[in-house]
Amino acid sequence: MTALDQVDIPPGEQRAPSRAWRKLKANRGALVGLFIIAFFTLLAVLAPLLPIPDPNATSWSAIRKAPSALNWLGTDDLGRDILSRMIWGAQASLLAGVVSVGIAVAIGLALGLISGYFGGWTDQIIPRVTEAFLAMPFLITAIALAAFLGPSLTNAMIAIGLSAMPVFIRLTRGQVLSVKTEDYVEGARSIGLRHSSIIRRYILPNVFAPILVQATLTIATAIIAEASLSFLGLGQQPPAPSWGSMLNVAKNYLSQAPWMALWPGIAIFLVVIGFNLLGDGLRDALDPREA
Amino acid sequence: MYSYIGKRVLVAIPTLLIISIFVFSLQKLLPGDPVLALAGEDRDPQTIEYLREKYHLNDPVPVQYIRWVGSALQGDLGISLKTNQPVLKLIGDKLPVTIQLAVMSIAFAFVIGIPMGILAAVKKNTALDYIANVVALSGLSIPNFWLGIMLILLVSVKLGWLPASGYQPFFDDPLRSIQTMLMPAFVLGNALAATLMRHTRSAMLSVLSADYIRTARAKGVSEWAVVLQHTFRNAVLPIVTLSALLFGDLLAGAVLTEQIFTIPGFGKLIVDAVFTRDYAVVQGVVLCTAVGFIVMNLIADVFYVLLNPRMRAAL
Repeated sequence: MTALDQVDIPPGEQRAPSRAWRKLKANRGALVGLFIIAFFTLLAVLAPLLPIPDPNATSWSAIRKAPSALNWLGTDDLGRDILSRMIWGAQASLLAGVVSVGIAVAIGLALGLISGYFGGWTDQIIPRVTEAFLAMPFLITAIALAAFLGPSLTNAMIAIGLSAMPVFIRLTRGQVLSVKTEDYVEGARSIGLRHSSIIRRYILPNVFAPILVQATLTIATAIIAEASLSFLGLGQQPPAPSWGSMLNVAKNYLSQAPWMALWPGIAIFLVVIGFNLLGDGLRDALDPREA
Repeated sequence: MYSYIGKRVLVAIPTLLIISIFVFSLQKLLPGDPVLALAGEDRDPQTIEYLREKYHLNDPVPVQYIRWVGSALQGDLGISLKTNQPVLKLIGDKLPVTIQLAVMSIAFAFVIGIPMGILAAVKKNTALDYIANVVALSGLSIPNFWLGIMLILLVSVKLGWLPASGYQPFFDDPLRSIQTMLMPAFVLGNALAATLMRHTRSAMLSVLSADYIRTARAKGVSEWAVVLQHTFRNAVLPIVTLSALLFGDLLAGAVLTEQIFTIPGFGKLIVDAVFTRDYAVVQGVVLCTAVGFIVMNLIADVFYVLLNPRMRAAL
């Protein structure tokens, strides 16, 4: 171990994760959220192994059948099993939520770090661009991007990710600006630690908590955005199932088959409320003022 | 005050410039050559060259951008491929419909969100507070297009109380117009009400713990006077600012709400334009939305200063 490596994380920081976990475990809302997310994630991951019909298998003799022992949640306009499509649809929704927020965090974190840590001309341009993007409503930007990129789940995820990115740039930049003037960062710099090491060891750990909270809450927004784009026909394309596209079809059969519209909506609502509950719980658990 | 407004307008200019670059760049994302699509099946080289010259596509991209911005500043956002009408006229025609929807949604949001927020703050940590928080969390988590579908199913299909879709201009038949807009306005106002409730609660709680509130109570002022005259009047400032910031959410929500209830407004315009590949309309709507959002922010900032005597004095 060199002398440079001995510059340590500030006192108290190492205990923060376990203290946060204890507070999170004590928060009933956050635990409910975590349970809901775990349940749907498990369904999505185990979809290929579950004894359910092919989600795209049509049956002309089972068109718009009400829930029964054979089809627990009923069938749709092409006789497809709704439960099976719901479970496979969970993959699209959760994937869209996580991947689009992953895109937003990856780019937002990098640009926020560059802007906040290095300053200079980058800190003149990046915040201006961020403000401009924040002036455009999230969903309208996503619709416009998805329209120009072409309708597909991948393009919807890119569109949602790029639309959500400005929040992460602003958040990261703000955190970096407040952390980089701390004594321990000044100390690390004065003993000649490289920028990459300072960022990795002192800046990123301090940026992590607010980014995690924001990312969890943004996954909820992204899942609704993906469902909205699929509902408009700009996300997942038929016959592949997604909750949004199932609702798009269901709205044409409201009086004949109301169950077609009921289940996908409940699923979106539950998953979104799960991420919102977990996000709120994480915010409380990671807030140093409530330590 | 005027110099403050002037400064705020100047700050908005670079933001608008960047938005215009983004909106212009959107058309460059389109796969393929747009001229080939316009030239028809023959793809006659002379026609292709004529179209390139006509739409200035042979010019360098920065020149194309400057020409586009110049036209936009003169109110020329291009011509709709579908209707052959100027984009600005189309937007102008649809805007009153969305404004009516927005005004009714905000009214719903204020009537539900603010009293709920006040009650939740005053009755902190009671059953009422928990119920209000659960309602707000549900309001934020429910997809508004699904809420719209469920309301159509219940209120229109099952009960037959309100029309499921359609639009009646307000000045033609005010009663019928309000009837057709009730459900869409509730759907759109629901998430806003939840946001308003949370912010009202938090603003009220921070004022309720102030020293002057304790003094007012010690002087024997009635509880309702403490809540409404002393607390709410001071808590209303961040709520006013937030309401302007919710404008963006309102327009985004209108896209889906108008689609579900078949309301011929601003939101339906962009969705229809997406499907007819009417890209000039999509660009026009995005640009106008961003400009509207920036103007609303500006108004919120000015109101904030006007309503806050300390900030007014500092100018």
